[in-house]
Amino acid sequence: MVITVYGPGCARCYETERVVRNVLAELQYDADLQKVSDYQAMAAAGVMATPAVAVDGVIKLSGRIPKREEVKAWLA
Amino acid sequence: MEPRRRLPWALGGLAAAVAWIVLYRHLAALAGWVTYALLPLDPRSRLAAAVEFFLFEAPKVLMLLVVVVFGVGIIRSFFTPERTRRVLAGRRESAGNVLAALLGTVTPFCSCSAVPLFIGFVTTGVPLGVTFSFLVSAPMVNEVALVLLFGLLGWQVAALYLATGLGIAIIAGWTIGRLHLERHVESWVFQVHAAAGAGDDAQLSWDDRLRAGTDAVADIVGKVWPWVLAGIAVGAGIHGYVPEQFLAGIMGRGAWWSVPLAVAIGIPMYSNAAGIVPVVQALLSKGAALGTVLAFMMAVIALSLPEIIILRKVLRPPLIAVFVGVVGTGILIVGYLFNAIL
Repeated sequence: MVITVYGPGCARCYETERVVRNVLAELQYDADLQKVSDYQAMAAAGVMATPAVAVDGVIKLSGRIPKREEVKAWLA
Repeated sequence: MEPRRRLPWALGGLAAAVAWIVLYRHLAALAGWVTYALLPLDPRSRLAAAVEFFLFEAPKVLMLLVVVVFGVGIIRSFFTPERTRRVLAGRRESAGNVLAALLGTVTPFCSCSAVPLFIGFVTTGVPLGVTFSFLVSAPMVNEVALVLLFGLLGWQVAALYLATGLGIAIIAGWTIGRLHLERHVESWVFQVHAAAGAGDDAQLSWDDRLRAGTDAVADIVGKVWPWVLAGIAVGAGIHGYVPEQFLAGIMGRGAWWSVPLAVAIGIPMYSNAAGIVPVVQALLSKGAALGTVLAFMMAVIALSLPEIIILRKVLRPPLIAVFVGVVGTGILIVGYLFNAIL
């Protein structure tokens, strides 16, 4: 599984990455966590509000920080 | 939410609403009581005036903020950038500018997302000028600014701000569209094949929307309350200690150069509405002209150096100059207009 966090480097983007990382660590889930801060790549993926998170290329959330339960639901 | 858990929540919400109304209606009496009976301060002292002002205004504004941010959070759950883009794509100018300015007020937006949003809009058929109407209106016409203006200066000023803010967004975007400046957008932008309709567009339940409201309160009020308190404290200080009409000479309506100066100072400044409005109110009460002060506030929250630097990634300098110039001119006109008619 590839989890992509889109964000140009704002505080909320770091927070999003931290939430995802914590959930992965807590569940000992083996996923590839990638960070994308390039605007071209973001636009190509259809991201219009940051932070955004995609799981295996499908955007699950954009414009806000995910809750831990949401991240767990994506992994299930 | 399960039905049997709904009743306690509904009753809790009702109790909170009643408590809110009762407290709100007695705030002035309460502030007076704390200042003159509990502390007690000399009614003729400047300190007492400042303390009473703070004890009344600070809780009033915070209470209004909680209610309005909650409501706006629910409204915003009906609008996403994706949905707004679909509405605006392929729109003709004029009607498109009006629609974009209106949607800018209710679509969730943060200036750190300005670039991906800009690319997403212009590469899927939203005209450049229409995109700019959105980008001007989204930061300038926001619920925090409106609540503060309403709470501290009355509904007339809040309504004027809403109307002129929308007007500037519509006309500035329309002007940029008429100037045909597409060549000053960085060329790589139009080579991006933006994926359409991606993400977070699921049907939400009412539970989700109420949660969006409480999340908005935690997020926005949680972030701006220190600014509100600091702003009102500064306002209280000016209120109690600076003589009336002190500013009339330099910021009054007689000083024609004060409007451009206020705009020039305000443009590079970056602050949220929460910190600026209480200062605005204090300036007004000391004889500064309403137009000058509103122009200053619009310049501070609509345009800022950090946002300009972010937009430089997609806009070449001539287009940035036109953007700042057109919006700045609009604000200037609003400033002079208010000074002339009020």
